[in-house]
Amino acid sequence: MTIEELDKIAETERTAQSKYQHHVCVCIAAGCLSSGADHVRDALKREVAESGMQNEVLVKGVGCMGLCSAGPLVSMETDAAGSTLFANVTPEDAPEVIRGLDTGSHGLKHCPTDVPFFERQKKIVLENSGRIDPERIEDYIAADGYRALVTAITEMTPQDVIDQLLRSGLRGRGGAGYPTGLKWSTVAKTGEQEKYVICNADEGDPGAFMDRAVLESDPHRVLEGMAIAAYAVGAQKGFIYVRAEYPLAVKHLKTAIKQAERLGLLGNNISGTRFSFHADIRLGAGAFVCGEETALIASIEGKRGTPRPRPPYPAEEGLWGCPTLINNVETFANVAPIIRNGAGWFAAIGTEKSKGTKVFALAGRVENTGLIEVPMGITLRDIIYDIGGGIPEGKQYKAVQTGGPSGGCIPAPHLDSPVDYESLARIGSIMGSGGMIVMDETSCMVDVAKYFMEFCMSESCGKCVPCRAGTQQMHALLEKIAAGQANASDLALLEELCELVKSTSLCGLGQSAPNPIVTTLKYFRKEYEDHIAGADCPTCHTAAREEATR
Amino acid sequence: MQTYLGPPQLPSDDKRWKIVEATARRHGREPHALIETLHTVQETFGYLDEAALRFVAATLRTPLSRVYGAATFYHFFTLKPKGKHTCVVCTGTACYIKGAPALLAALEKRHGVKPGETTPDGELSVLTARCLGSCGLAPAVVMDSAVMGKIGPEEMLARLEKGIRL
Repeated sequence: MTIEELDKIAETERTAQSKYQHHVCVCIAAGCLSSGADHVRDALKREVAESGMQNEVLVKGVGCMGLCSAGPLVSMETDAAGSTLFANVTPEDAPEVIRGLDTGSHGLKHCPTDVPFFERQKKIVLENSGRIDPERIEDYIAADGYRALVTAITEMTPQDVIDQLLRSGLRGRGGAGYPTGLKWSTVAKTGEQEKYVICNADEGDPGAFMDRAVLESDPHRVLEGMAIAAYAVGAQKGFIYVRAEYPLAVKHLKTAIKQAERLGLLGNNISGTRFSFHADIRLGAGAFVCGEETALIASIEGKRGTPRPRPPYPAEEGLWGCPTLINNVETFANVAPIIRNGAGWFAAIGTEKSKGTKVFALAGRVENTGLIEVPMGITLRDIIYDIGGGIPEGKQYKAVQTGGPSGGCIPAPHLDSPVDYESLARIGSIMGSGGMIVMDETSCMVDVAKYFMEFCMSESCGKCVPCRAGTQQMHALLEKIAAGQANASDLALLEELCELVKSTSLCGLGQSAPNPIVTTLKYFRKEYEDHIAGADCPTCHTAAREEATR
Repeated sequence: MQTYLGPPQLPSDDKRWKIVEATARRHGREPHALIETLHTVQETFGYLDEAALRFVAATLRTPLSRVYGAATFYHFFTLKPKGKHTCVVCTGTACYIKGAPALLAALEKRHGVKPGETTPDGELSVLTARCLGSCGLAPAVVMDSAVMGKIGPEEMLARLEKGIRL
């Protein structure tokens, strides 16, 4: 496959698509699918067939459009009227949608796209999401897909590719923020031997669904990124470790791999060069700890997913003892645009130390929930109040939780801090993989801390004592506090345990498990004290009363 | 005396074992295929019983202890058959904040089953999911395969009665 051949495929696809006057795109990613988007798509197709408009209207299923709370979403592009977005579409609305194509009049619920939710976003990772059919490689190629891969392997040396990544300033999107180019060059420097590339798609944070959306909406983008990485570091084989709980993502990935192999964009001697790359899928089996890289490697090897001490880092000794590059889904999804548009373009977005954009799964007590992509450096306030539309039902904002069970709760006084790796760390939380849960006055922070600790406790793999026993003890103390049976010495013990588990655990799970407690203690200490003093926790109390009157 | 070194005999002439065999064969019967093979067993049989674990161990030439270890380590695998109907309550953070605990409490009160348990008559299994990724619809429940979002305890119980007729 050469650039010219790619151009030809893209051209054919664009011509085929431009034959249709109307493009009706139905979001069939997980969020909308669970509100019945597949039925909407089928009803629309049936309606088009019945009204004999097959040659004018193209109905296609596409990936996530972002505003999951208003699903199922249907976007309509017509030559005449431009693009319109409809919310909460039902299969019964199909005739209305199709009838309105020519007249432009609809009795349906319009979803304005000139609002901050759409306008404040900056899409790189999600640029194709909601636009292309994830099950058709031609659609991806028509959106400049695989150009970066072909360019990299035919015109650039592996070192050139790594230099681009280094200059772009891209950092790992899994949460820790290690510079991607640096990781690649470590693996590349291990010399000529068997190496692997692994895509970490074991998205375990409760309340996070970014990787899922990317894989469901634009799987080729991730494969392209992996192939470029493999070329840069000198690997020939790659694995995508994806959760078994994401059947649609797995299905789209499988289709994508087959299609790319058929066109010679994956497999042996890609583009007639000496570079070969084979990608394969490995299913996770529901263990949060497998998001940790050494545990993930153990799982691919068919073992229990328990971590091992580092060093040696996987970059030197990873899968089956070979040098292994592990990056997150979103990191790989950033690679192709960087190669295509240049490192300078990417580095111009974001802040000094955190370049580019970040995808967040915005959820909880906020008006607009869904998937968003924002430039680094945007403030939390802008995300929650502008893009998110604020807190519903006139309630008061209390905290935002980033980074899932490894992150922290950020209170109102820090709403103006920018979203980048360093700033979030400074206020006690982490960037994390991208879960962002907003909480209002009805959430008791002791309860929230207990929730996360329960999660860490049941997900602890049991290999090291501080995490296995420490999370149990911390959870027991939190239960005691929540029940109003604790005293001041329990609180002191809890703080001591936090410090101990944090500094002595083997892997990231244990080291970060105390974070939700540490931040809630730091910012909402009074709520703990209220529980201890036996005084009524105003939050739990109201919550309980609401429950009773429901 | 000659020792038989080929692949082990299938536990029964149930055709589903051949599917399991095929997964093991595709991975060259290497021990690293353990999790993939267990996935196939669970997909075809619904759960992992002792016969299955023994067969997988023999097929992949892996100690039974390791097979059992992996099967019990990963939450996705279950050693017990599920009920005729399943009700999965999402307990992701967004659903938790929006009322998943009340849903679980209602299920326990009405049907007497905690998460992970099945009613004695084998009709209903109650499960929890870490996150369905449907956070926009919180709190979310999956009944058999239908996802229901923004649902309260009464409505959920009513839908269960209707769908399952317990």
